[in-house]
Parts: sequence; structure tokens; C-alpha cells
Amino acid sequence: MFANFDFDVIRRSLSYLFLDGMTFTLTLTGLATVGALVFGTLLALMRLSGSKPLVWFAGIYVDLMRSLPLVLVIFWFYFLVPYIGQWLTGSSRPMRVGAFTSSLVTFIIFEAAYFSEIMRAGIQSISKGQPAAAQALGLTYSQTMRYVVLPQAFRNMLPVLLTQTIVLFQDTSLVYVLSIPDFLGAASKVAQRDGRLVEMYLFAAVVYFAISCIASFGVRRLQARIAFVH
Amino acid sequence: MNYHWNWRIFWEPAPNGTGTYLDMLLSGLLLTIETAICAWIIALICGSIVGVLRTLPSKTASRIGFLYVEFFRNMPLLVQLFLWFFVLPEVLPNAWGLWLKQMPNAPFFTATIGLGLFMSARVAEQLRSGIGSLPRGQKLAATALGLTTAQTYRYVLLPMAFRIVLPPLTSEFLSTVKNTSVAITIGLIELTAQARAMQEFSFQVFEAFTAATVLYLLVNIVVAVAMRFVERGVAIPGYITGK
Repeated sequence: MFANFDFDVIRRSLSYLFLDGMTFTLTLTGLATVGALVFGTLLALMRLSGSKPLVWFAGIYVDLMRSLPLVLVIFWFYFLVPYIGQWLTGSSRPMRVGAFTSSLVTFIIFEAAYFSEIMRAGIQSISKGQPAAAQALGLTYSQTMRYVVLPQAFRNMLPVLLTQTIVLFQDTSLVYVLSIPDFLGAASKVAQRDGRLVEMYLFAAVVYFAISCIASFGVRRLQARIAFVH
Repeated sequence: MNYHWNWRIFWEPAPNGTGTYLDMLLSGLLLTIETAICAWIIALICGSIVGVLRTLPSKTASRIGFLYVEFFRNMPLLVQLFLWFFVLPEVLPNAWGLWLKQMPNAPFFTATIGLGLFMSARVAEQLRSGIGSLPRGQKLAATALGLTTAQTYRYVLLPMAFRIVLPPLTSEFLSTVKNTSVAITIGLIELTAQARAMQEFSFQVFEAFTAATVLYLLVNIVVAVAMRFVERGVAIPGYITGK
């Protein structure tokens, strides 16, 4: 079965796969996580704000994003971002947007819905006495959130947030539909150029598997430690 | 915005000769639903078996269940579909590989099996936590009544556990529907692919994607409403959701 398995094609393309492909994947994962966490926290605060229009907006936004497939959203924004850019800069023609920017915007907007649900659960898990005490001390709403509620919510939800980041890492492979050379895209390019589909796709699978496994093992240990502290 | 909207495009004939653009999208929707339901059946069967394995007292059984779940959870779905579609026919004995490659509807079967197994790991995790959430007394009482392990699961634990995990299973089913769109990469012409094809034929990008968005939303709403009725019907008396 592995008689004509060509390890050399993997060795030859290692630098392309990791320096170009994996760098793209990891940068996208990192920036999208930070962006989605910030935007998601804002959405969660809106949802819990008690102001009707904000609650509505956040609720519809989250439900909409969570009922659409990521592939469709990727296509949406691939075509939409140039027009948004035109609108924001007020130029006369659609803006030219690179593959990276377009996919970063997509992932921030899409994953924010999922991160916001996690942060909402985190904020709700904090006992009512905490914001009440903060208010009694004379802190404003934003100070209460910034110094009292959000740090604890974030800490309680850290394992779930990290698990979502692993999902995000795996989801970035879907930029393949735009023929962007992320890690899988790079592997696929080499596979088609050299006619070595079996080797390249198996190698890609092993790399994704190893990274996700190590990461989720780390999350599990972190979870055990947090549970111990409580 | 210098984009020319044309909402009447849906009633214009599509160049592939299968009717209007709307027919094209609806045939995509049908394939999305078919794929999702077939994959869901596989996911439920395999997921239930593995979920039960993980809760059995036998160490080996729960180890096997653990490895199964980790295997399918730690690879992107896209990569798994590529493994099934491009790699599997090559590593099988020649005759089998040839048979797989010549199979009509290969994208559909690959998507169904690949997606079904991918989702089964998630179903297994849900069911395991459902069984784990049952009070220990249930299992002990069943044993005291003289039920075998198989009977305990069949008559006591599983009927309870499945009802408890019904809401998360609903959202897993909706994930299955959404994830069928990943199969666009192995050539399954489902809803997203049809929207993309419509965009390429007609250049009406935003109309095509809006229609696909609306159809996905409709599926979500229909499933959510239907499951609310099912949940009410099977609710366990005495639990918060029960009567």
C-alpha cells in the first residue's frame, strides 16, 4: 500500500508548507481570535445591556451568523468587502482587497457570534453581588465591566475560549474555497503540481491532527488546574 | 454603490437548461437536505454506539471511544473529506479503488459518510455527557432489579439520556446542514455551490447569496420549531422541561 509512497515530495515542499502556508494559517487564527474576542465581548455586553435596540441587534446578529455555513459567509465577504471598503473610504470604485484582509474580516465577523455566546455565559456566571459591590464602591458601568466583571468572566471561560480557538484554527482551512495558499491550500497546490495527492493530504491531516491534539490536551490540563483553584 | 441590482433574475432561465435560477437554487437546497439527513443517520448510529462505549465500565471500551472521538474531532472537516475522496481510493487494493472512483454520485456518498463520521464524534460527546448527567441511582436501581448492562442502557439510561440531550442534538443537526457546504470542495452541487454557480452565470452576486442565506435561515427556523414540538412531546415529567 505504501510501496510507492514518496516521502521526498513532503521534504522538498516543507519550507513552502510551513513558512508560507502555516504562517498564513497561524497568523489568521491569531488575529481572528483577538478580533472576534473583542467584537464578541461587545456583542455580549450589548445583549446583556437591557437597552432594547442593542439587545435586538446583538440577538439578530448572533442568530444570523450561527445559522449560516462558514463557506457561504466566506463567499459573501469575498465579494462584499471591496464594496464596504469603497463605502468606508468614499472612493469611486470598489476597493481592491487582498486575500488575507478579506478572510480576516470574514473570520472576525463570523466567529464573533460564537465568542459572544461564550462571553455571555461567562458574564452571567458571575454572581450578582460582584457588580452590585462595584456599584456600591462608586464605579461606573464601564469601570465595573473593565475591572470587575470581564476579567473574571474571561478567566472562567478561558478553556472554552481556547477550545473555540482550536475550532477556529481548523475552520481557517476553509479559505481553500478562495484558492488562498493557507496550510491546506499550499499542500493542495504541491499535491496537484506533483501529482502526489495521497502523500500531501495525509501529511496535512497528520499536521492538523498533531497541532489540534496537543492544543486540546493543553486546554484539558488548564481546565483541571482552574477547577482545582476554585 | 455602483452595483446593479436585479431581483427578477430568479425567474430568468439559467444557462444550464434546468429551468430558472430559482429552480437551480431549490435543487441545491434539496441536495443539501438529502445529504444532511443521510449524514445525520450515520452520525446518530455511530455516535450513539461510541457515546455508550465511553460510559461503559470497561476501560478498553472507553479507551476505544476516546480514540474514536479524538480522531474525528482533531482534523478539519475539509481535510477529512479530502482523505475520503482523494486518498482512500489510492491506498485501497486496486480493484476496490477503481470501483470507488467509478462510482456514480461519488461526491454525494463521500460527503454523506465523511460528514456523518465527523458529526458522530460530536453526537458521541453529547450523549456521553447526557448519560453522565443522570443520577447514579438510576443505574444502581436497574442493576438491583436484575437488569443486564444491555437492558439497563436500553430501558433505563438511553431513553432518559436522549431526551436530555435533545436540544444540543438539534443544534448538532443544524451544524450538519451547514457543514454540507464544505462538500462544495469535492464537487457536491448543494445550495452554496448553486448560489456560486448562479453568481458565475449571471454576475448577480448579492442576489444569489441573499437567496441562499434566506433558504438556510428557513431551514434553521423550520428545524428549530419542529424540534420544539418534539421536545414538548417527549419531555420527562418532573424535570424542568416536563409537564
